Amino acid sequence: MSAGENRILFKNIDQPGYGRDIDSYMAAGGYETLKKAVGMKPEEICSEVMDSGIRGRGGAGFPAGMKWKFLDRKSGKPIYLVCNADESEPGTFKDRQIIYKDPHQLIEGMMISAYGTQTALAFIYIRGEMYEGARILEEAIEEARAKNFLGDNILGSGYSCDLIVHRGAGAYICGEETGLIESIEGKRPYPRIKPPYFPAVLGLYMCPTIVNNVETLCHVKHVIERGGKEYAKIGKPGNTGTRIWSVSGHVQKPGYYEIECGAMTYGELINDLCGGLRPGRKLKAIIPGGSSSKVLRADERFTGKLKDGTEFDWGVGDIPLDFDSPMAAGTMSGSGAVIVMDDSTDIVGALANINAFYAHESCGQCTPCREGSLWLKKVTARMIAGEAREEDADLLKSIADQIEGRTICAHGEATAWPVQSFILKFRDEFIEYARKQAAERKAKNAQPAAVA
Amino acid sequence: MSQTTETAEPFALSPEILAKIDKIVPRYPSKRSATLPLLHLIQDEKGFISQQAAEWVAERLELEPIKVLEVVTFYPMFQQKPIGRRHVKVCRTLSCALNGGAQICQKFKDAFNVDLNETSKDGEVTVEYVECIASCGTAPVVQIDETLHENVTEERADQLIEEIRANAKQAS
Repeated sequence: MSAGENRILFKNIDQPGYGRDIDSYMAAGGYETLKKAVGMKPEEICSEVMDSGIRGRGGAGFPAGMKWKFLDRKSGKPIYLVCNADESEPGTFKDRQIIYKDPHQLIEGMMISAYGTQTALAFIYIRGEMYEGARILEEAIEEARAKNFLGDNILGSGYSCDLIVHRGAGAYICGEETGLIESIEGKRPYPRIKPPYFPAVLGLYMCPTIVNNVETLCHVKHVIERGGKEYAKIGKPGNTGTRIWSVSGHVQKPGYYEIECGAMTYGELINDLCGGLRPGRKLKAIIPGGSSSKVLRADERFTGKLKDGTEFDWGVGDIPLDFDSPMAAGTMSGSGAVIVMDDSTDIVGALANINAFYAHESCGQCTPCREGSLWLKKVTARMIAGEAREEDADLLKSIADQIEGRTICAHGEATAWPVQSFILKFRDEFIEYARKQAAERKAKNAQPAAVA
Repeated sequence: MSQTTETAEPFALSPEILAKIDKIVPRYPSKRSATLPLLHLIQDEKGFISQQAAEWVAERLELEPIKVLEVVTFYPMFQQKPIGRRHVKVCRTLSCALNGGAQICQKFKDAFNVDLNETSKDGEVTVEYVECIASCGTAPVVQIDETLHENVTEERADQLIEEIRANAKQAS
């Protein structure tokens, strides 16, 4: 653990001698919280989660307690709980650590959540590429079943719930909760329109469903262990608990770091925990919350007022690591994935890479996203192929503006935001890129044709 | 004009897979939910999902064949044609690209003399560019079949290429 970290979820991960088997987990106090939980009333679990203020760690940051409260309990239909383990937002690799190194923590968090919401059947939707991860979870589930932590009449409570590991098959859109639900139903993962298809009301099999991220469900265990109000003392109001940040790109020590919300800044994360940039390199930009979040330029300044009225005046490195601060800086913390780019980065190339991703992953349901993402990809691909034009910056922005807000799910925004922010913040670089290429083309054409 | 009648080999699965399928289907509240698990099992055994395989799944789950086909054609992991015995998947996305993923991909393409999504002449290796596989902190990464290889430097790529070649020689 690096100085400045506060490891709650990752307390045991990477510790010498700590294995992913149930004995390691139980020796470290594992499943004691589940025992406590089944002695509580289900509604008490829900109110502790509400009191904790815990926000979803998958990307949107929506309060988990609120999500649970929306469950339609009057319908009489079975309730389903789904763990979103389809970790696929570029830059994110935190859930992988829990699945591969501490699967029982997730299972305990899920069974507590299942009991609290009175779930009839629970699922872990894991990305298809995590072959080993799925096997690890299956094994852990059988270990837990043997000890009656899941399955029939859990710990004599009279409550029963099974847990199914469901593997995806390589589609990013399955990370969108309603797409994920369609995928479990055995269909193409076309996201559903909201309203009316809010999962808490009309979710899996048109029944009330909760979809929570791996990290969020693990936090539930710690909320119940400590009590919601006690847990809420970690972090700051509205930004409670710890968060796991996945740092990649041009830093000396990329990796995952668990930090109390608001206790450190992006600058401290990059320079202290991650050992700073490579020798001789300067920071060019940060993508602060997964590749769909708006890019931050190294020399930007952000001023304004926070929700609580506090004024702020930040450089990029001063932005606190929480939910609300990146939002105040016009971007988002998303899935906590920080991608660092130094001054060797070709910014047009980086956007071309991102555009190719979102074009590949558009499900094709909504015209603006299906067509627009492809056009964005084509324009930046042409630019890096040597045919950039000065007007491309405006063209890209215009396409992105026509996608945002016009699609069923947030894939439209995920496609548009990188483009809008790259053009806004690196406009000169896009234009310079085109001018340079134009000059090169001109010089090439001016050369006398070689005599055959 | 006489024409030889081509009889397609009847589609059959091993008893082990059939037993697994019989266990999986009833776990779900709806049979259709077993589509992805069944396709994974069949691809593991056959290497790809043929038209016959999709029809078999449809019949097993009491679905119209199109409902399985639309799934097979959507999800990138399902192969509709046979691919190489070894499947090299190099991550293409940003964090890997910032750390030299393209050069690593080129090395694999050169070593097996293939373009992207092509299979080497001996049918041994298919090289594919895939999107982010959630291991950005150890970029660049390459997944060969089911195994993830992290921090793949050029030297490490050479080793992996040699391992694939040695394995192919042993197999033949």
